[in-house]
Amino acid sequence: MIGIHNLYKSFNQGKANQINAINGISLNVNAEEFLVIVGSNGSGKSTLLDLIAGSILPEKGKIEIDCLDVTNYHDYKRSEWIARVFQNPFSGTASQLSILDNFRLAAIRTQPKRLSIGINLSFKNKVKEKISLLGMGLENKIEQPIGSLSGGQRQALTLLMSIMDDCKVLLLDEPTAALDPRSSALIMQTADLLIKNFKLTAVLITHNLKDAFNYGNRIILMNEGQIMKDFDANQKKALSQTDLYNWFA
Amino acid sequence: MDFYLTAILQGFCFSGIALGIFISMKIFNIPDITTDGSYTLGAVFTAIVLMHHISTFIALPLVIIVGALSGALTGFIHTKLKINALLAGILVMYSLYSVNLTLMGRSNLPLINVPGIFNVLNLSNNANLNSFFILFTFVVLIALIIGFLLKTDFGIAMRATGDSETMIRSLGVNTDRMKIIGLALANSLTALSGYLVSQYQGFTDINMGIGIVIVGLGSVIIAETFINFFNITSVWLSLGLVLLGAVIFQLVLAITLDLGVDANLLKLVTAVFVLVVIIIPRLKFNSLTKF
Ligand SMILES: Nc1ncnc2c1ncn2[C@@H]1O[C@H](COP(=O)(O)OP(=O)(O)OP(=O)(O)O)[C@@H](O)[C@H]1O
Ligand SMILES: [Mg+2]
Repeated sequence: MIGIHNLYKSFNQGKANQINAINGISLNVNAEEFLVIVGSNGSGKSTLLDLIAGSILPEKGKIEIDCLDVTNYHDYKRSEWIARVFQNPFSGTASQLSILDNFRLAAIRTQPKRLSIGINLSFKNKVKEKISLLGMGLENKIEQPIGSLSGGQRQALTLLMSIMDDCKVLLLDEPTAALDPRSSALIMQTADLLIKNFKLTAVLITHNLKDAFNYGNRIILMNEGQIMKDFDANQKKALSQTDLYNWFA
Repeated sequence: MDFYLTAILQGFCFSGIALGIFISMKIFNIPDITTDGSYTLGAVFTAIVLMHHISTFIALPLVIIVGALSGALTGFIHTKLKINALLAGILVMYSLYSVNLTLMGRSNLPLINVPGIFNVLNLSNNANLNSFFILFTFVVLIALIIGFLLKTDFGIAMRATGDSETMIRSLGVNTDRMKIIGLALANSLTALSGYLVSQYQGFTDINMGIGIVIVGLGSVIIAETFINFFNITSVWLSLGLVLLGAVIFQLVLAITLDLGVDANLLKLVTAVFVLVVIIIPRLKFNSLTKF
């Protein structure tokens, strides 16, 4: 589903403070695979996800989605396949817009934004129905600005927004980093459920080794812009949490 | 009384600038001061078309287009050449001065005895009242169009662009393109004010746009005070308040003049007024937290 070939990305190129954030990575993520990425701070995890999403472009290498070369596509073009949940809840939702408006935009992620009114009664009901799945009681607040909700509620909604329109790839960059343990658990369970039910290909970055252990069917360890370890589903099953912990020793 | 009616009429004339600044500053979060230039540009095109005895309804779309072009240029310089928005606006506004002067050929074009928008309808013998009806219809129509636009899927994407760029890009919107369109829209509205004012006052002057951006800023800031105070989220109400802001702004200026303040001091008084409107809500807040 996602093909990455010999990818390089550096920041401040040619200057004294040049950082080689991604150092020749090749990686194939199969359809319906749920890949977990772990690695210490600054190891290039977010950069890799940004490269897949197209919010930054590589110096060298090739990126394919669904066998199509998308290396030079910008993020707004790759949104045809990709939905994202960011570490910061503010990045995934527009605070001043209502929940309903946010969901409307998500519902036409892969489509042109036309000069016609798309929010009607049946759309409202559809959104309410979807939101009620979360069991947070937010379905009665769809006219409220999404900025009036808590970070956890916003992350949960962002997650739901990703499946409002056709979605093949879901990218999650530390989606629970800003949340309390209870909300974190809810977000991770919801994500896992959506990934399974909608047969998504997913990439999750996390510092929570328990989540890395519990979720996903493949795990890679990154360090200094390279992949140090790559464990498939069976190997991952054989891992213990202590093994994972020792990766960072 | 007529004095205040005139102020209201001027407020209507400036509603385009107010809506334009509302779109650039509040919706897109871009400080755009192309305004001074695009406003005059609108007035210049109006004058040239009318002086050739061509219908005001030909001038109208033309003004919208040239206004949009000037905004799009600022947007292009800002997004594609990666220049600070304020600087991009200043550059375009500055060059428009030469463009306007060249188009006009001289610094002032009188529009006396040429029929304009204020001659298309004759509902009342009172010229001011007649202008009131025409301007009111005009303003309501613009507000309806902008309100509808902001409610469409495209409009929601516009509003999201100024709110969270990462979010809207990940949802498939080319934000550079959206900002260019937004600034084009804002400046076509501004040019519409130039269209109205030149016909209302009966001339176009090369200096009529100097500092005019403050009229838009003042109107939007007045509106914002209400919006924040009453916690308003409705698009329609916000637009209505911006229009009200434009009228209140002119009324305050009229009152100032009526109180006998020297007309030479008007710009100073205007600036102080805008400052006061910005400060008042903060003063209240501070005193509440302090005591
Ligand atoms: N826009 C940027 N400009 C300059 N350097 C950057 C930029 N983005 C990332 N970097 C650098 O690239 C390296 C990789 O950063 P990245 O954000 O991918 O790390 P990460 O693995 O996601 O870390 P964390 O776990 O802290 O989120 C870091 O050294 C970082 O400082
Ligand atoms: Mg990161």
